[in-house]
Parts: sequence; C-alpha cells; structure tokens
Amino acid sequence: MKKNIKIRIAYISIYFLFLAVSFVLRYNPGKEIGYNFVSFLLYMLKILPCAFILIGLFEVWVKKEVIEKHLGEESGIRGYAWVILLAGTIAGGLLVAFPIAYSLYNKGAKLSIVFTYIGAAAICRIPMTLYEASFMGVKFTMIRLLFSLPLVIITSILLEKYLSKRNYKMAEGK
Amino acid sequence: MYYTYAITGLILLISFLINKQRTIKAIKISFIKFKKIFPTFITMLILVSIILFLFPDEVISNYLGNGSKFISVLLASFIGSITLMPGFVAFPLSGVLLTKGVPYMVLSAFTTTLMMVGIITFPIEKEYFGTKVTIIRNIISFLIALTVAIMTGIFFGEIF
Repeated sequence: MKKNIKIRIAYISIYFLFLAVSFVLRYNPGKEIGYNFVSFLLYMLKILPCAFILIGLFEVWVKKEVIEKHLGEESGIRGYAWVILLAGTIAGGLLVAFPIAYSLYNKGAKLSIVFTYIGAAAICRIPMTLYEASFMGVKFTMIRLLFSLPLVIITSILLEKYLSKRNYKMAEGK
Repeated sequence: MYYTYAITGLILLISFLINKQRTIKAIKISFIKFKKIFPTFITMLILVSIILFLFPDEVISNYLGNGSKFISVLLASFIGSITLMPGFVAFPLSGVLLTKGVPYMVLSAFTTTLMMVGIITFPIEKEYFGTKVTIIRNIISFLIALTVAIMTGIFFGEIF
C-alpha cells in the first residue's frame, strides 16, 4: 500500500511540475492540459460536495432494514423501479453514481439493484434526458431509453447471478 | 445543477432541525468519504486533462464524420469510451455533428459509450467495486451501447 502512495505522489508531482514548467516556458500543449485540468476540477467541485453530503445524510438517516426491504433480496420489480427513479433524479453521472451505489450496497441493496442504479444513473437522468432530446430529437432519446434500460436491468441480474456464485463482496470502508 | 444544491441544502436544513448531532455526524461521514476518494479523483483528472488534449472537439468531429457508417460507429464508441465529457458539452457537440450529416447511429454510439463506459473513471470505479467487476461492467456497457446504436440505425433507416 505504501509503495502505491509513493508512486502516486511521484506522478502527481511530475504532472504538476510539467504544468508549471509549461506555463513558465509558454509551452502550449502543456498549458492546454493545465486548462483542461482546472476546468474539470471546477466542474467536479460543483457536483461532488452535494453528492457526498447526500451520501452522509443517507448513511445517518436511512435504516438498513428499509433498504433491505425495498432494494434487498426480497424486493421484486418494484425495487428496480425505485432505484431507476432514484438514479433519474440525482445529477452527476457515473462519478457520483459509484459512491452512492456503494452506500446502497452497504445498506443492504442487492447487487442487481446496485448495478441497475449505476446503469440508470448513466443513461436516464431526467434533466440530462430532456437536454439530450432538445438537441437530438425525442425519437433518438426514446430509442436509447427503450433499448438500453431493459438491457441494463437484464445484464445487472445476470451479473449478480455470476458474482454471487463466486461469493463476491465489495471492499470495505471506502 | 442549481436544483441539486437547492434540494441538498433543504434536506440538510431539515435534517439539522430534526437532529443536530446526527447532521453533524452525517457531514463528518461525507467529509471522510470524500477525503478517502479524493486522491483517486486527482489521478482521474490528470488522465482527463491529457485525453481531452489528445481528442479535442475538432478531432472527434473529424473521426466521426468520415468513412463508412460502421467504421464510424466503432470509432465513435471507442472515443466515447476513452473520453469523459459532461452532457452539457456532449449533446450540443452531437447536435452540431448531426447538422453536418453524421448519422444518428454514430452519435448514439458516441453519447451512450460516453455516459456508460468509463475508461478514465476506471481508477475510481475500481476503488469501490474491485478490478474484475469494473472490467465486466464496462464491457457489458460497451455492448449495450453498440446494441443501442444498431437499433438507432434501424429505426432511423440508416442500416436498411
């Protein structure tokens, strides 16, 4: 583990040193990479605090039994409907979906529901879908949703079957 | 974006009014979780900044607009998989490409892989779910995106 941290510190330092030198010497590719870094950092700092505060509140307030009942082993089709609705209303895409999915899993949601959540968070966030339709047309968006969502659910169920045979567990304490 | 802030703020306020200690605990949990994943986010940002430099909008437009439809679909899903773009950038770009005559199925492959497949987000996904699951999920997502692209092609009359 310690070795990994050393490697990480090394390449992060090299990267920033490269950016600093690029700015001093007005090396354009380096400057462009620097601007990309800053603009994406700002974009992420806009969404991530909200997401993590919601995760914190979720951990504190939502009881494990509630998640187990509605999104756990005994939840039926309704569980998928709930989790897709949840995914549809939270902004941020995959990046935000991973920590949320992880929290859901630790509160007792079953794997197929967790993977459906990730897939749905990627493809059917409501504000983004509306935005998409305004550029690409309603037909385009509808075709995407009608085919991708069922495929996400089916593959999530298959993935769960595959993983539970192999006693898969997610890492703890992230 | 702003409605997310409004809702988060509102929920936080309600939580605070109901139970101050618990809310403080929640914020502490948020902070700890964020701190744990933050170095991985920096790694990802470094990757993003380099990939976006190698694949600026003009290059993406070039790749998607030329050649046969099927090669374009494959290229589009490849570019969509390795880049990372927020929707508010990707859809206007796709809208422009559409007016330039790029087929719907190519844009479908591009936007769907962009949203579902994350090679750049791999370090983060791996932290939570492990390497194996991350690889499997991304391959499945890639195949779903290709299927969706083919369906889009059929329904827009671009294949038959």
